[in-house]
Amino acid sequence: MGTFDYAPAPESTAIVDVKSTYSLFINGEFVDGTGTSFKTINPATEEILAEVAEASEADVDRAVAAARRAYHKVWGPMPGKERAKYLFRLARIISERSRELAVLETLNNGKPIRESRDIDIPVAAAHFFYYAGWADKLEFSGYGDKPLGVAAQVIPWNFPFLMLAWKIAPALACGNTVVLKPAETTPLTALLFAEICQQADLPPGVVNIVTGAGETGRALVAHPDVDKVAFTGSTSVGKQIAKVVAGTRKSVTLELGGKAANIVFDDAPIDQAIEGIVDGIFFNQGHVCCAGSRLLVQESVADDVLERLKRRMGTLRVGDPLDKNTDVGAINSAEQLAKITELADDGDATGAQRWSPACDLPGTGFWFAPTIFTGVTQAHRLAREEVFGPVLSVLTFRTPKEAVEKANNTPFGLSSGIWSDKGSRTLWMASQLRAGVVWSNTFNRFDPASPFGGYKESGHGREGGRHGLAGYLAKGGN
Amino acid sequence: MARADVRKTYKLYINGQFPRSESGRTFEVLDAKGGFLANASHASRKDARDAVSAARSAFPSWSARTAYNRGQIIYRVAEVLEGRRAQFEAEIIAAEGVTAAKARQYVDAAIDRLVWYAGWADKIAQVTGGANDVAGPFFNHSTPEPSGVIAVMAPQGPLFGLVSVLAPVITTGNTCVVVASEAYPLTSITLAEVLATSDVPAGVVNILTGPQAEIGPWLASHLDVHGLDLTGVTDPDLARTLEEGAADSLKRVRRPDPTEDLLATPALDRMTAFLEIKTVWHPMGI
Amino acid sequence: MATLTSADLTDVTASESALRRFLHGLPGVDQVGADARAAMLGTRSIKTTAKTAALDLAIRMVDLTTLEGMDTPGKVRALCAKAMRPDPMDPSCPATAAVCVYPDMVPAAVEALGSSGVHVAAVATAFPSGRAALDIKLADTQDAVEAGAHEIDMVIDRGAFLSGRYLEVYEEIVAIKAACARSEDEPAHLKVIFETGELQTYDNVRRASWLAMLAGADFIKTSTGKIQPAATLPVTLVMMEAVRDFRALTGTQIGVKPAGGIRTAKEAIKFLVMVNEVGGPDWLDPDWFRFGASTLLNDLLMQRSKMKTGHYWGHDYVTLD
Repeated sequence: MGTFDYAPAPESTAIVDVKSTYSLFINGEFVDGTGTSFKTINPATEEILAEVAEASEADVDRAVAAARRAYHKVWGPMPGKERAKYLFRLARIISERSRELAVLETLNNGKPIRESRDIDIPVAAAHFFYYAGWADKLEFSGYGDKPLGVAAQVIPWNFPFLMLAWKIAPALACGNTVVLKPAETTPLTALLFAEICQQADLPPGVVNIVTGAGETGRALVAHPDVDKVAFTGSTSVGKQIAKVVAGTRKSVTLELGGKAANIVFDDAPIDQAIEGIVDGIFFNQGHVCCAGSRLLVQESVADDVLERLKRRMGTLRVGDPLDKNTDVGAINSAEQLAKITELADDGDATGAQRWSPACDLPGTGFWFAPTIFTGVTQAHRLAREEVFGPVLSVLTFRTPKEAVEKANNTPFGLSSGIWSDKGSRTLWMASQLRAGVVWSNTFNRFDPASPFGGYKESGHGREGGRHGLAGYLAKGGN
Repeated sequence: MARADVRKTYKLYINGQFPRSESGRTFEVLDAKGGFLANASHASRKDARDAVSAARSAFPSWSARTAYNRGQIIYRVAEVLEGRRAQFEAEIIAAEGVTAAKARQYVDAAIDRLVWYAGWADKIAQVTGGANDVAGPFFNHSTPEPSGVIAVMAPQGPLFGLVSVLAPVITTGNTCVVVASEAYPLTSITLAEVLATSDVPAGVVNILTGPQAEIGPWLASHLDVHGLDLTGVTDPDLARTLEEGAADSLKRVRRPDPTEDLLATPALDRMTAFLEIKTVWHPMGI
Repeated sequence: MATLTSADLTDVTASESALRRFLHGLPGVDQVGADARAAMLGTRSIKTTAKTAALDLAIRMVDLTTLEGMDTPGKVRALCAKAMRPDPMDPSCPATAAVCVYPDMVPAAVEALGSSGVHVAAVATAFPSGRAALDIKLADTQDAVEAGAHEIDMVIDRGAFLSGRYLEVYEEIVAIKAACARSEDEPAHLKVIFETGELQTYDNVRRASWLAMLAGADFIKTSTGKIQPAATLPVTLVMMEAVRDFRALTGTQIGVKPAGGIRTAKEAIKFLVMVNEVGGPDWLDPDWFRFGASTLLNDLLMQRSKMKTGHYWGHDYVTLD
């Protein structure tokens, strides 16, 4: 046979009915906005998918008012066990419509269908299922059982539906109502979720979806009748939000950027470490806040690790996100591609060595080949700034202490990875790393029961698990 | 002939030392009747910087101590305070003009609060951490860890308020820079003497006296400060300014709550506000 | 394994302690990670032309096997007929790589297969337990070789391996390899069976792989088919990584044979995907990868017919030999 070229295996898009225009979802109904509209595209083809309403300040105000009404009249007073059943319904309908959601997510985001199908959507359903179970058990949470009120939630484009689940599920379980703004480039699965809310007969106003860009987000976060702000996105926007809520009663959780060190010791289970490095940086095109974007490899095994990594990268399948065999899909937007390109070019300019496997990138759409830079030091921008793309910086270290120093030498503190077969050193490392999630001998694992969130400039608060309730209950702290 | 007493010079408490303000400035502290009590050091921006530097240096070893050991040290502070209670009662009476019974009550409460937190040191992880049952072959657990250097705006009052905000922060392994009550700064320096002789390592607690509005912003914007407790800030505008300053490095901020009754048994949030939850995953396989 | 050089291998079998140090110095295998990698490869979707090619390749890789106490020359002749013409109605259907039988059935198989090109593989060395004296194992091997077996599938002494007597296992493989020699012909190819279901851990599988490769195995093979679990995707993945690393280090390519438990075309294709992405296309050849199987062949044939005709095939339309 010689070569084994997998034939194209495209997932059919027939399952999705993408409408030509989308309006806002307020008080249980799709309603026209008073603002303008914008086009949303498929980043793999640059084809226009739909025209989406851009919510104005007045629209945001209407949505917040609907959420407030629903909070006072229906959702707040509803016993937890009844709220739970609505959340279970949502979980079930998400599972029932999982393929449709996965295809739509891939169309609008550019991520491989394998990931949207096997990770984004099932984990989102699991999130609703998990928090459904909390709704009538909040008295055991340690944070009381009193909700905050109306939650303003602003989510990013990298995991559009999963981030929606991370935000909405705990908020509703705790008895809050929600106004959610999906990212400008990826509004479609959130709008499909609005239909799911209708199918579940979720009371009107409990979930409201306002689409738009930064201005819509700003209006939502700054709205005086909002009790809670939850944001996932860039650290710079996170700082703006922290300023906006300063001096208010608004509770805030922020899940922001990262520059995670993925640390490989000389006694690592080497083949799994290579998989962890690949998963750490090329999962979701590296559009992952907790991506293992700094590989710290012990000098004594650096050559071996790089050789294996390059060989493995040669088998990554880059291309059509809808092909079931694609490992690395499209960059989400022209803007993001420009940012990745700029930082990679800076790596070239400052003496780091770039390497990518040979791969044919499609002619249209936004693409960036899986890339590693060797010869990177802590003084390179590549090692300090979040690239948010498929670009790995490779640094070396000699001793565990040096690894810890380098790993912690960043204003971020979201995640970290350790690869070693020595238990006591792994636990010591885990205790030293200033990061909210430490993956040892694994990377980029997510589970609704597992708290996620950062130290330092990676944000405030946790999402997931019991700790994820704190941000939505009155006794949970700021 | 009456003996002239030897009066104390009230200085700052930074890195286990009692320096004067580098600015050379002091401010007059009056007693309850408006009479002169002492000149307190007027801490400057540079004193705040030195205090943060000391707190940052002290953090790695203080946070790495066993929780048991930290608990013992907090308990030791209570012991030493108990032994010097007469001095504190006298200072409180002088500063606030309260009755002896009231002063005794405050000192009792301060000592008891320290004992309460001392017992928390090795229990907070059990109460706020735990095992997470993830859907896969992974050992997954969460533990709280201290946030780092915390700037604390102490509430107005000579002793009890200060202890109430200080103890939870250091019990969990943070180090701190405290801006003492502007009106009643003297007892805070006497408390520093207690801390200095109670096995609390240098730099774990640093106490500055002087105007909140002047020192606060430097601490709020300092990039080596990880958390900001605004309990003692009564001016909403100042509270907002400080929170805005903290936003630039995304510090954990505990906002002032005018309805809070400090004498009541505390909730955990004085500790959890400055704790980070760390979640560790490890595969389980043969 | 670039941390090793081939010079590092020269002395590793010089003593029990040297061999132990070497095998225990190999990088560990994290079970959860290896399982996850195999599971991910199992999600590859192989369709249309790629599937057609993969099915034919898989048929060509089958060591069609009967290893029963009730085997007879008649049964073996029938199996050989099936191996040569898996689909009697379709001459374009390739033959399998080999038939795999007990040593006493080798003469019947050799006669039945003639010059068809289908090899005769014989299990030897007191298969399946391997619990016999070395001279008996050697005699068992020589019988099969003299009767014309092209390939010998030996079992390692798992007891010796698990009690850490690696040199003993090594020397036994070396001895069997020597017994595979023929005076006037090419030596029989030696496949070394680990019985991974008894070794249990992937660390053991990696060590056994290196031990066998150092001792001169031509193929490393997962299982006898008599113990569960037999050939799993992740255990074969670990062995594939070992042969890949061994070739990178020494230049010598070793084959891999999962055996037992692979019953469907869908599973077989997952193995081929794994071979393709872990070892690389060089192993996608019957000379370097085999399936030890019996019922697998018919499922491959049914899928092959489905690809050709566009409708699902029936069990009564494939032969039962």
